[in-house]
Amino acid sequence: MISFSLFNYWAVIVLMMVGFYTLISRDNLVKKLIGLNIFQTSVILMYVSFGKVTGGTAPILIESGDHGGGDDHAAATTGHEAADAAVDAVGSSGELVMQGASGVAHAAAESAEILYSNPIPHVLMLTAIVVGVATLALGLSLVVRINEAYGTIQENEIARKDNAA
Amino acid sequence: MSQNLPALLVVVPMMLAPVAALLNRSGPAWVAAVGGSWFALGAAVQLLRRVMAEGVIVYSMGGWAAPIGIEYRIDEVSAFVAVIVASIAAIAVLYARTSVIDEISEDRHALFYAAFLLNVCGLLGIAVTGDVFNVFVFLEVSSLSAYSMIALGQDRRALTSAFQYLIMGSVGATFIVIGVGLLFVMTGTLGMMDLAERIPEVWASGEGDRTIAVAFTFLTVGVTLKLALFPLHLWLPNAYTFAPSAVTGYMAATSTKVSVYLLMRFFFTVFGEQFSFEQMQLDMVLMPLALVAILAMSLVAIYQANVKRLLAFSSVAQIGYMVLGISLGSVLGVAAGIIHLFNHAVMKGALFMAMGCVMYRIGSVRIEDMKGLGKAMPWTMAAFVGAGLSMIGVPLTVGFISKWYLVQAALAQGRWFVAAIVMVGSLMALVYIWKVVEVAYFQRREGEDEIKEAPLGLLIPTWALVAASFWFGIDAGTTSSVAISAAETLLGVMP
Amino acid sequence: MGDPGMIVLFTVLLPVIGAGLVLLLRNNENARETATLVTGVITFAHVWALLRLVRAGETPRLDILEVVPDVWLSFEVEPLGMVFALVAGFLWPITSLYAIGYMRGHHEENQTRFFFFFAIAIAGAMGVAFSGNLFTLFVFYEFLTFCTVPLVTHHQTEEAKKSGRIYLGILLTTSVGLQLVAIIWTWVLAGTLDFRTGGILAGTASTGILSAILVLYVYGVGKAAVMPFHRWLPAAMVAPTPVSALLHAVAVVKAGVFTVLKIAVYVFGIDLLQTLTTTTWLAWAAAATIILGSLVAFKKDNLKARLAYSTISQLSYIVLGAMLANEMGIIGGGMHIAMHAFGKITLFFAAGGIMVAAHEKKISRMHGLGRTMPITFGAFFIGSLSIIGLPPAGGAWSKWFLGMGTLEASQMGLLAVLMLSSLLGLYYLLEVPVKAFFFKPPEDAHHHDGIHESPTPSLIAICITAAATMGLFLWPDLFHELMQMVVAGGAR
Repeated sequence: MISFSLFNYWAVIVLMMVGFYTLISRDNLVKKLIGLNIFQTSVILMYVSFGKVTGGTAPILIESGDHGGGDDHAAATTGHEAADAAVDAVGSSGELVMQGASGVAHAAAESAEILYSNPIPHVLMLTAIVVGVATLALGLSLVVRINEAYGTIQENEIARKDNAA
Repeated sequence: MSQNLPALLVVVPMMLAPVAALLNRSGPAWVAAVGGSWFALGAAVQLLRRVMAEGVIVYSMGGWAAPIGIEYRIDEVSAFVAVIVASIAAIAVLYARTSVIDEISEDRHALFYAAFLLNVCGLLGIAVTGDVFNVFVFLEVSSLSAYSMIALGQDRRALTSAFQYLIMGSVGATFIVIGVGLLFVMTGTLGMMDLAERIPEVWASGEGDRTIAVAFTFLTVGVTLKLALFPLHLWLPNAYTFAPSAVTGYMAATSTKVSVYLLMRFFFTVFGEQFSFEQMQLDMVLMPLALVAILAMSLVAIYQANVKRLLAFSSVAQIGYMVLGISLGSVLGVAAGIIHLFNHAVMKGALFMAMGCVMYRIGSVRIEDMKGLGKAMPWTMAAFVGAGLSMIGVPLTVGFISKWYLVQAALAQGRWFVAAIVMVGSLMALVYIWKVVEVAYFQRREGEDEIKEAPLGLLIPTWALVAASFWFGIDAGTTSSVAISAAETLLGVMP
Repeated sequence: MGDPGMIVLFTVLLPVIGAGLVLLLRNNENARETATLVTGVITFAHVWALLRLVRAGETPRLDILEVVPDVWLSFEVEPLGMVFALVAGFLWPITSLYAIGYMRGHHEENQTRFFFFFAIAIAGAMGVAFSGNLFTLFVFYEFLTFCTVPLVTHHQTEEAKKSGRIYLGILLTTSVGLQLVAIIWTWVLAGTLDFRTGGILAGTASTGILSAILVLYVYGVGKAAVMPFHRWLPAAMVAPTPVSALLHAVAVVKAGVFTVLKIAVYVFGIDLLQTLTTTTWLAWAAAATIILGSLVAFKKDNLKARLAYSTISQLSYIVLGAMLANEMGIIGGGMHIAMHAFGKITLFFAAGGIMVAAHEKKISRMHGLGRTMPITFGAFFIGSLSIIGLPPAGGAWSKWFLGMGTLEASQMGLLAVLMLSSLLGLYYLLEVPVKAFFFKPPEDAHHHDGIHESPTPSLIAICITAAATMGLFLWPDLFHELMQMVVAGGAR
């Protein structure tokens, strides 16, 4: 059963497979890198989807005066609760988000009454994006050098030139 | 300062890397690299001593306690692996001075040393961290710097090898991230010890088991790709063959070892031995692959004409030994795997460094070009023979110690078939080592070119490793007690 | 002298020091040779000192270092080891004397390398003789294999290279593939690798498993040349004759059969051996080697090849003795270590002398050579007697005891094998001196007129060993006494 609440995860799978397939099947080195990037992007999407709490806003702390010192704790607890709620839910059902939300809503009611999406996946994915960029940059510079050395960026032609040498 | 040693271990090399790059000249950059590596060595040894005396060291980065903060958790295995990486780095950086001048163009030296320091930092980070996403970060730091270093090789195939490694390595790392993500969504935490507690809860509740199983699988594939377990080893032969000599000598002795450590960390600490082996039957996957790796890769090694390539395939076979030990699942078996991390690092480092000496003098590492080198470069070839004896498993060398424990572990479980394969692997090592020895000692050199012995700058680090391969084979007390203690910790950690 | 432990250590270290001296003195031939001889004599003096202690019932022990927890590198001197050490220690200086004559007479190259590795190999043999546990034994056993490779491949020809491959291949395959597995298995079962009277394996596992381990050991000791792992011996004949003499009549092969005996007595124990199913099988495997070795020796025209196969055959006498698993068998086997060593080395010395003086390798071309080289062939005759097992040569005694052993075990078939092999030996060995003295030289042979003997140092060595061979017939007491101690439980 395809339910809309799992749309993200279907997107993840599609992107992952598209990226992986491109990576393996294409001879052109730049296309391989593009495939790798798509593959990595799918993972980013996956993580961000994990962190989303239905009805939750962006995880940027909104000051509400008398919760000064407790805010860190609140954010932390919210994060934990969201996670625990995720544990409670059945893995494949759409209720996951619903139950999570209700569980969080309770906890949230005790804090500043603001629902945040889980910030941790976002943080992790910032790192992953940077890593992806670095990998891409390195990959592309390698492609430039390979082009200088071989005169081509098609893998089969490179192999041919190596075997002939 | 010593309180923050776990952090400094990683941070000092990391900070020295941009310094090296900025210094822009070969000599000063090298000094920075030496400083970083030797500091790391001192710190690692200090940490190992402390762990053996006091037990696990827990260090929270920035004072934020786990599981919110990232903690560094150093037990015997971590410290041992850190010592391995740091000591090989310390020796390799000395070796690199002479070797790099010969093989890499002058304007790139500073960047080479910067990449080297980043690699060291990355590997050490993997060894000491207690947070699974942090592992990914350091893994990528070390991998990216490795790709760069490999690409500096002289042959243009170094570029394609680096590219191939980049693609495969990134896929592997991404698989690890997927696995980590799936674990995170089910348990809400990224700390290893926390995960160790929560995974069984999730599993028992029956609701997250499919996700956990999928996470397990992604992690297995990702990690085994990084550690080049057959059949995910395809990046290794090319990468090792075409990289600069100093890089191969260093990497062959460190990067796959740390990935093996990662395997142990995930499957013994995070998932727990009982889960990994009994529920997920990991040993049924790892053991056959390891056995095939030993036999098939040793066989392929025998037929290689390029000695570096030969040694690369030999490395894949040796990784098979390590994984075999782990897959046996007993204290002896895991200890055998751990001690082989050290022993192989020393042996293979020495062998590749010896080949670096050969490359320096004759500009080639093909067997047919090595005729008569036994006479022309006696010290170099003697180093090769010495480390080669260790590969064969002659007693009083480190290679023997690994086999001793591994066969013991196998026989104690009644798996005589495994013991037999380990021995067959040794005999195959004999064949390919003898191949090189025969050409070097029994054939005469053609042509009138006068080949001199390798310079001291290359010989001394090589011989340091050869000496270590005998020293720790004659007195294996320290390494074996660390390995056994580490194995006991790993297997005893049950969530 | 002082502390017994130190004597043991020096016995093993002195040859190494001698090797170092050889290297230092490489530019002065005579000084170099003197160093070898002097070291040999001093080493033997140490061995003799240890003999006194052993005969008094002591077993000097020296623990060197703990390699892996609970596994030590250690030495312990006991009667069986004494037998081997005496043989190797006495014959080293003698062979060095012989080698001086041979290497110079034959204008061999790389003599320094030769004498260097020679000495190192003796150190290895001493290490094997005095090993205090299976681990130490294995260490020195492998050490011996490696340090003899440069000696076997001395001539560095294509043939030498191929032989080196066979030598190393067979010895390492058996030691790593079979023996090491057996050793580790023993460790797992018994928890110790020490040598003890009555063995360490009794009661540790089922008869089936222990029988399998026995097979692994006997075939794993490739240096004992039990068929089919014998091919390395004839392959090693490509080496210069002093190498063949000392190593393949004395040090290497004796290390092999010594190991088999030691394992039989001190790892398994005679009583346990008798209960195992494979003991009798292995005795018959040894018997097969005895006969087949002799038969092949028959067909060989190359003297050294014939002697090589004779050695293969004779080594299995000792293996047979061990597998008879009774007192007589063990005594006979142990004594044969000494008897065969002296007899065979005489034969090899003679073969080498013939090669240097008359440039002949094939027996068919040695007809009538006895007139030119009477002493050499006379010595050959005496050595043959010992191998065949006839008085007045020492081999008669060991054969006697082995025969008694077969009777004690009620194995008439094995007794017949011993008799048959003597008969065969009668022909293939005596053929040589008989034809040399009584037949006419071949048409195209250029034999010297008058006496043209082996080089003088070599001749002296030949005479000493021939005399010793006969001496051992008259005075076998020393070796007999030592073996008695082994069987009676030694001095433990």
